[in-house]
Amino acid sequence: MVTANRTWDGAVIYRTSQQSWSARLADAAIVRTSDEARALLAESVADDVGAIGAYIAPIELKDGGEIAPGNLREHIRSEGVTIDLPVAG
Amino acid sequence: MYAYDELDRTLINERVSEFRDQVKRRLSGELTEDEFKMLRLQNGVYLQLHAYMFRVAIPYGTLSSNQLRRLAHVARRYDRGYGHFTTRQNIQFNWIKLAELPDALADLAEVGIHAMQTSGNNTRNVTSDQWAGVAPGEIEDPRIWSELLRQYTTLHPEFSFLPRKFKFAITASDHDRAAIKVHDIGLRLLKNAEGETGFEVLVGGGLGRTPFIGKTIKPFVHGHDLLSYVEAILRVYNQYGRRDNIYKARIKILVHELGIEKFAKEVEEEWHQMRDSALTLDDAAVEEIRSRFSYPVYENLPAMPDELKKAAHDPDFEAWRKNSVAPHKEPGYAIVTLSLKPIGGAPGDATAEQMDGVADLADKYSFGEVRVGHEQNLALPHVAKRDLPALWRALDKFGLATPNVNLITDIIACPGLDYCSLANARSIPIAQEITRRFANHDTANLIGRLHINISGCINACGHHHVGHIGILGVEKNGEEVYQITIGGRADENAELGSLIGPAVRYPDVADVIEDIVEAYLALRARPDELFMDTVKRLGVEPFRERVYATR
Repeated sequence: MVTANRTWDGAVIYRTSQQSWSARLADAAIVRTSDEARALLAESVADDVGAIGAYIAPIELKDGGEIAPGNLREHIRSEGVTIDLPVAG
Repeated sequence: MYAYDELDRTLINERVSEFRDQVKRRLSGELTEDEFKMLRLQNGVYLQLHAYMFRVAIPYGTLSSNQLRRLAHVARRYDRGYGHFTTRQNIQFNWIKLAELPDALADLAEVGIHAMQTSGNNTRNVTSDQWAGVAPGEIEDPRIWSELLRQYTTLHPEFSFLPRKFKFAITASDHDRAAIKVHDIGLRLLKNAEGETGFEVLVGGGLGRTPFIGKTIKPFVHGHDLLSYVEAILRVYNQYGRRDNIYKARIKILVHELGIEKFAKEVEEEWHQMRDSALTLDDAAVEEIRSRFSYPVYENLPAMPDELKKAAHDPDFEAWRKNSVAPHKEPGYAIVTLSLKPIGGAPGDATAEQMDGVADLADKYSFGEVRVGHEQNLALPHVAKRDLPALWRALDKFGLATPNVNLITDIIACPGLDYCSLANARSIPIAQEITRRFANHDTANLIGRLHINISGCINACGHHHVGHIGILGVEKNGEEVYQITIGGRADENAELGSLIGPAVRYPDVADVIEDIVEAYLALRARPDELFMDTVKRLGVEPFRERVYATR
């Protein structure tokens, strides 16, 4: 998949197969070859207004086809910090 | 407190207008991210894992109560209700929106706060002793000189595109609370035989990937020559500093590769060409800065008031007083450190409610002044001793009276992988678990002075190299592992810690710290031998044996 941060607020976003961005990991376009990944990244980087810092990130495909972050960094980006925030909510 | 003049206020306000326009052009697509990145960094705006991070400057760690209230307002209005005080006496907001940043900056500018010099390859926020101006035995207030350097270096074109970032720290006390030996330039204020003010100048200290303790380049530079001498250092650095390799770009690498003698010779040659120039500070210039600092008018109060004698019977108060209250230059007053290290909390974090509370208490008990220390705690610098019991009760209501200052749970930690895009491993949960293991304050007191510093990557924002126990998180084969060092210190006898052995896994870190502490308690020669002294006496080996014997 390709992920980035949204320009106006910095939120984590994922490139979809519809050439747009989504804040939901489940909407992320999944690519399986390096050529596909490069193409998806090139398309993502071209949107310099909507997103910044696009990069290819690993995912884990669960048995039921569900997508999970492929490493701890992406898990934290997707699910949030692993600690309680000082202010609830 | 330093009062900004019209020039300062104009500069800050113009900067807000300029950045507002830059943000507008970025959001419209007129500026690309490549074009915008340096502009946002020059205004303290980073991109982290979840959001933009906004780093606000707190020059030499001094804040007025009104400024702290405004920081609370920014936390509440533009962020998620809290901020994170850093090891450079600054504050960071972790969830700020780019579109709202100009408004946040404008709100801060109204009280004389900005974000200049909190990022980028320039001279950064000048740090100093958080007890400046009030510490007993201090030669003179180092903030006068900090402010001079701040004014001189701010937006200075020659220092705005250095090979890499550049950090100053200044102290004027024998005991160094500003960690000057691990800064690019460290300044120790001195008096010469004629009673004139000057500085021992250290250069080439720093942490990060390649840590070095700073070396004395000149034992005494007269205060009149301070600006010309540091400019000579910066010119040599600007000329010879590595711009081809970010890992070798800091001045510490240049000093190391040239050798201090050769580097000093280069600086001396540069200095002699410019020493007697417009950069020479006359007494009037220094006095002009000094006159813009306001100082409290202290009352002549007893050193041991009745209120304090009575409160001394309360063991909880005494536990707090023992760790949090330090002598003041005025016998009837005290310096009070406010722990931002609650058991199970994130080191350095403060909620907007806490910031407002501290601001109110500063007005009531500390002449409206607050300090930020590089250990990520706050301080009230002018508290009448008679007010200590009342202050303690008030702080407790805000969760700011944890009696652990300088103890094992007073941990320095960077934001780590929970927030930071550079981090390889988490720092905060490690700190939280260690504080839970040593939550019993009696146990922590039994252990005594022990500083644990944690960084989530080699950039060392958590100063792990100079922790009595240092913890560095790294990533290995997709897993967080942690290297442990012991024997580091950041004070006037600064040393880098020594690695005790192979890195340990995330779930094992707190166990390892417990093993090290147990080894220390068993090995110390007497109950008052501090951890650092035991390590110095015995070296790393007995601690290594204890930690790895069963692993």
